[in-house]
Amino acid sequence: MIQSLLSQALQTVLIVALAPLLLGWVNQCRAWLQNKSGAGVLQPYRVLHKLFHKDAVLAEHASSLFRMAPYLQFGCMMLVASIVPILATDLAFSAAADVIALVGLFALARLFAALAAMDVGTAFGSMGARREMLVACLAEPALLMVLFTPVLIAQSTSLTTIVETIAHREFVLYPSLAFAAVAFYMVALAENARIPVDNPATHLELTMIHEAMTLEYSARHLALIEWASAMKLLNYSAIGIALFLPWGIVTAGDWLLMPLALVALSLKLLVGGAGLALVETLSAKLRIFRAPEFLGTAFLLAVLGILVRLALER
Amino acid sequence: MPPSFSGQLINVLAALLLLIAFAMLSQRRVLSLVYLFAWQGLVLSVSTAVVAYSTGQHHLYYSAVLTVVLKVFALPWILHRLIIRLNVKWDRETLINIPTTMMIGIVVVIFSLNLALPISEQASTVTRHSLGVAIACVLLSFLMMITRRKAIPQVVGFLAMENGLFFAATSATYGMPMVVELGVALDVLVGTFIFGIFFFQIRETFDSLDTRHLEKLKER
Amino acid sequence: MELIVLLGMPLAGGLLLALYGHKDRAGELSAVMSFLTLAAAAVLTARIVGEGPIRVLGEMFFVDSFNVFLVALTAFVGFTTSLFSLPYMRNEQHAGKLTPARLRLYHSMFQLFMFTMLLALLTNNLGILWVAMEAATLTTVLLVSLYRTPASLEAAWKYFILCGVGIAQALFGTILLYLAAEKVLGAGGNALLWTHLNEVKGQLEPTVVSLAFVFLLVGYGTKVGLAPLHSWLPDAHAEGPTPVSAVLSGLLLNVALYAVVRTKVLVDGALQNGVAGNLMMGFGLFSVVVAAFFLSRQKDVKRLFAYSSIEHMGIVTFAFGMGGAVATFAALLHMTVHSLTKSAIFFTVGHAAQKSGTQLIADIRGLVVTNPTIGWGLMLGSLAILGIPPFGVFASEFLILTTAMHEHPWATPILLVALGVAFAAVFGKVQTMVFGETSGKRLPHPPALIPVFVHLALVLLLGLFIPPYLADWYRQAARLIG
Repeated sequence: MIQSLLSQALQTVLIVALAPLLLGWVNQCRAWLQNKSGAGVLQPYRVLHKLFHKDAVLAEHASSLFRMAPYLQFGCMMLVASIVPILATDLAFSAAADVIALVGLFALARLFAALAAMDVGTAFGSMGARREMLVACLAEPALLMVLFTPVLIAQSTSLTTIVETIAHREFVLYPSLAFAAVAFYMVALAENARIPVDNPATHLELTMIHEAMTLEYSARHLALIEWASAMKLLNYSAIGIALFLPWGIVTAGDWLLMPLALVALSLKLLVGGAGLALVETLSAKLRIFRAPEFLGTAFLLAVLGILVRLALER
Repeated sequence: MPPSFSGQLINVLAALLLLIAFAMLSQRRVLSLVYLFAWQGLVLSVSTAVVAYSTGQHHLYYSAVLTVVLKVFALPWILHRLIIRLNVKWDRETLINIPTTMMIGIVVVIFSLNLALPISEQASTVTRHSLGVAIACVLLSFLMMITRRKAIPQVVGFLAMENGLFFAATSATYGMPMVVELGVALDVLVGTFIFGIFFFQIRETFDSLDTRHLEKLKER
Repeated sequence: MELIVLLGMPLAGGLLLALYGHKDRAGELSAVMSFLTLAAAAVLTARIVGEGPIRVLGEMFFVDSFNVFLVALTAFVGFTTSLFSLPYMRNEQHAGKLTPARLRLYHSMFQLFMFTMLLALLTNNLGILWVAMEAATLTTVLLVSLYRTPASLEAAWKYFILCGVGIAQALFGTILLYLAAEKVLGAGGNALLWTHLNEVKGQLEPTVVSLAFVFLLVGYGTKVGLAPLHSWLPDAHAEGPTPVSAVLSGLLLNVALYAVVRTKVLVDGALQNGVAGNLMMGFGLFSVVVAAFFLSRQKDVKRLFAYSSIEHMGIVTFAFGMGGAVATFAALLHMTVHSLTKSAIFFTVGHAAQKSGTQLIADIRGLVVTNPTIGWGLMLGSLAILGIPPFGVFASEFLILTTAMHEHPWATPILLVALGVAFAAVFGKVQTMVFGETSGKRLPHPPALIPVFVHLALVLLLGLFIPPYLADWYRQAARLIG
């Protein structure tokens, strides 16, 4: 019991603390790939530090919803961070680690982000919210479909069980998991507002989605939102790792293996972050109206994964 | 009880075939379509070779080689030449927009998997589960033929359908007897040549390869 | 031996004519080749009738009374068609519609087409049967588009794509049949041999076989021209050269139906119920009805008779579906008389269209004045195909209808109404073409229509009196099919 509480605390703190680092690493890799020197991997921390020391400015007509939303988003992401088994499966919250609840938590965070964006009544905020919901209503079913493939393999919707099943069985080639992984990657790109669906590095009115929703925020509110989106990226990476590359995650009672798990995790994140930067550099942003096609492809792949699972791997 | 390693490998290849079938369904560029067709042939011959290796059915090696020669090199090369000579690059409009086609495609896959269930229970091959995928490939190619307007994509669909049938034959029965397979290959080759002659005739007559020009004969 | 000549002649003819088909005497060469084929077929037929079924070349080929009767018919109609195409094609060339190069293509492909049909009929291997059927499509596609007019290209394209798709279904059916057979007979070439399958048909897996039959019926049914898969047929018949329409209608449809019936025998044995027969009856009846109602809307004379072919193929399919000695006997008889009559009609129609310069019914008038031979030929042919006694079509249709009345009373009124509608449509149109008022003058020289009258005389003969050996032969075949 104590052990599970300990590993729970360790994992949550780790994710919350490391999230900006991953973001910094991705940005740094991208800068290198583009032949720039980059701002260093610690830059997101500096930005957060700067924002927390500023005075918050609120729009005149902002309601309490507007002020609450950043905290809610941050809370949701922290909750997600504590239920996805990324270091160990022996977590205190593991009973709540259900894949469908996970999708629900992401949806909740997004709902408040969109509501808050519309709350002030600026044109950009509403437009951003609308676009965000367009992407979301396509990405969410795709995400659910992606998750169903590992669920079918493990015969359970509990993340803990899925990780334990996939990590601890003899090596089997799962074409269905490959489909699901590709689809998941596409959904993750869309959900984290990365290229090719959105560009996190630009404030161009015509194309921005996520940035348009945060235009009215400043200081600590903005810091929380930025931090939450950094955590979202890490959370998605964590889910991807838990579902598709779960080797190295510690199961109950093996505290000695924890350092090894940490090394494995950092390696996976290092490679994954570099990969993300590479994809972002290589691809161009899609027109917003092409985003449905992109996500439709992800949905298709996810469904194919399920069908392949049902048909071939019996 | 997971299947043997070669069984898994065939499953992976079957899944790849399905993916290629969908990619063909969504592809708008004619040349990429031909490349996808070549890839499909390659995956097909690899899977045939894997089946041959794992079951010791030697005649399958021959059909794998035949597949490589015919479907990876000869037919794509002929089509490639034709496309360059005829200077067609794009198949701009499909009859139904692509996302809808995809959705129909998923329904088709579900249908064919269900159709294959009773048959694959009768079959005794290691590859029997991929029969559903084979039927799906056939029907998806059929769907592609229906939704395309231009002559060349229709032909590629026709050839891809034959690929699906070939895969069905390997997965359900370890391939048809050699005589039959040679005959089928000959028919496909001759068919492609005739298609090629046709392209020129159609373009000479209509100045375009759009099959919309070929809708004049109707019941009035 | 006869068999080698039978298959070798058209193949050699096809290759020879591919080289020399543009020369002056190519038509005659083609006719000689067809005559030799016919002679070989006659010798083979005599032998089969005398000695019973034989297997040749290590079971590669199998000849019994069912297919030998179709072989004889095919060789005969092939020969008369090659005779007919001699003057017809010469006229087309004079009219500037064809170049010598196209003529070479025509002669060569015609012979190869004969080869593929004979191969399909004679082979014992269901896989080769498929290959031959597909090859038959391939050889005729370029024949349909021989004139290179937009309409003929469209017809050929449709024919190619639709039959290609259809025949792909048949290949899948063949694969499934092989799957079922392989479990009983073991893997390898023997598992697709019809004779072997026929011996073990009771042990074949029913689910797989019934699914296989559905695919085979749809696949080969496309080539038979069964509704709703018939849409290629009128186009191909109307736009191709007339001799090609004659052999497509008179022979290819028969061969495709032969393939269906061969598999039906196996499926009946495996399933022990009438599912296969019922399916065929359903398709057949539907085709009859659809064709009958399309007949009255036709404006093109070759399309008109193409739809009539769909109707008759529907009747034959229905009869084979009913099964039983009488119905099968009638179906075989109907196949024969339909082939003979329909090719004769296409010959006359071809001449009529050539003389009038149009295929539109409205523009062909008073043939009996301008050209009595063609006029009477067309009238008699139409009367024969419509089932007027004493022609053979009447006999077979009568047999089919009475059997249907006994066994499936519900189908009889549908058939009767459809036949009535078809009669009214065809007769009305042919009547105006033959006897309508015309301003045209009598043409100086009458065309050579010997094949037409030979065919019609045979049909008349079959209607009045079936020679006992022929009846015996039909009965043998009917027993085989069951």
